[in-house]
Amino acid sequence: MIIYAAFAVAVWLLLIGLYGVITSRHLVHLCLCLIVVQSATYVLLTAIGYRPGAIAPIFADKPPGTPAVDPVMQALMLTDIVVEATVVALLLAIIVQIKKHDEATDPDQVDQMKG
Amino acid sequence: MNRIARLIVFLLGATGLAALFILAFLRLPGPDDLRNRTADRANALTVPARHTTNAVSTVNFDYRAFDTIGEEFILFVSVMGVLVLFRETHAKPAREILRDSSTPGRDLAPSDAIRAWTLVMVAPKILFGLYIIAHGALTPGGGFQGGVILATAPLILFLATDFRTFQKIASFHLVEITEAFGAAAFVLIGVVGLFAQRAYLTNVLPMGTTSRLTSGGMIPLISVAVGLEVAAGFVLLLYVFLQESLTVEHGEA
Repeated sequence: MIIYAAFAVAVWLLLIGLYGVITSRHLVHLCLCLIVVQSATYVLLTAIGYRPGAIAPIFADKPPGTPAVDPVMQALMLTDIVVEATVVALLLAIIVQIKKHDEATDPDQVDQMKG
Repeated sequence: MNRIARLIVFLLGATGLAALFILAFLRLPGPDDLRNRTADRANALTVPARHTTNAVSTVNFDYRAFDTIGEEFILFVSVMGVLVLFRETHAKPAREILRDSSTPGRDLAPSDAIRAWTLVMVAPKILFGLYIIAHGALTPGGGFQGGVILATAPLILFLATDFRTFQKIASFHLVEITEAFGAAAFVLIGVVGLFAQRAYLTNVLPMGTTSRLTSGGMIPLISVAVGLEVAAGFVLLLYVFLQESLTVEHGEA
């Protein structure tokens, strides 16, 4: 049953993050909301990989064949977390340049972001 | 579009999305149908076929190493993008930036407590990072995690001293070369598989004895390559962001 709760949390994170992106009044805040949206994928992936009563997929001190959670999902996530940090750095660098260029941090006042 | 109109559009869209989610939720398969069959294969094969004990690293650096290359290059390109965005600051003569950082943009010098603690922490931090990278195939860890730990060593040095010392310790060109080397090493390790007339990135090296540092064939090598790239990439990010903020502070002051 816990997996359904995790799915619900993932959906909630996605929607609340999107809400933050749309109502954001500061570019850094917008960037943080994007991270919240992305954390929905973490919750979703770990939930899919979860198995009741299984160990972490490390067999250093457990005999091979012990039921373990899905290592593929964990592999996806751990690379994603590190890569996301650098992508966020890229976004923040863009924000620094926007601030220099337009003297604005409110997405509504940045000309290039008007839609 | 003004804010209220945008909010209304979002609420309409979000309601639709939420409705679709609820519909999808009602028809979810049971936990048994959600089981990923590749997970069982990966878990079952890790110890007998690869002589490693960390299934996550084995998946990352062996079974889906090709995807990991793609992810690593997202990291590589992001770091490159940040460097390109900050190229103007970086292109300024070194002397000017040095003067900026020594005209402290930081009002308070670090306390003795911070200095002493940093001195104590730097060596264990580096050792711990290397340990996590080297044991990636055996215990929780690997290149991605260890690389980030390694990158924090220059950062805490900056906290205890100033940017000038940081610049001396983390030579920009050296770090740049390390990052490129890490990325290139990963790609080149994959070529070994081609020479053995197998697919790219096939793990063709001898697997060694289970639970040794050298077990797993190419897994520990790729882990080290990734560790170098991640550590160097994060140090580069720290470098340009610190440089950027220190010059901006001075310019505005």
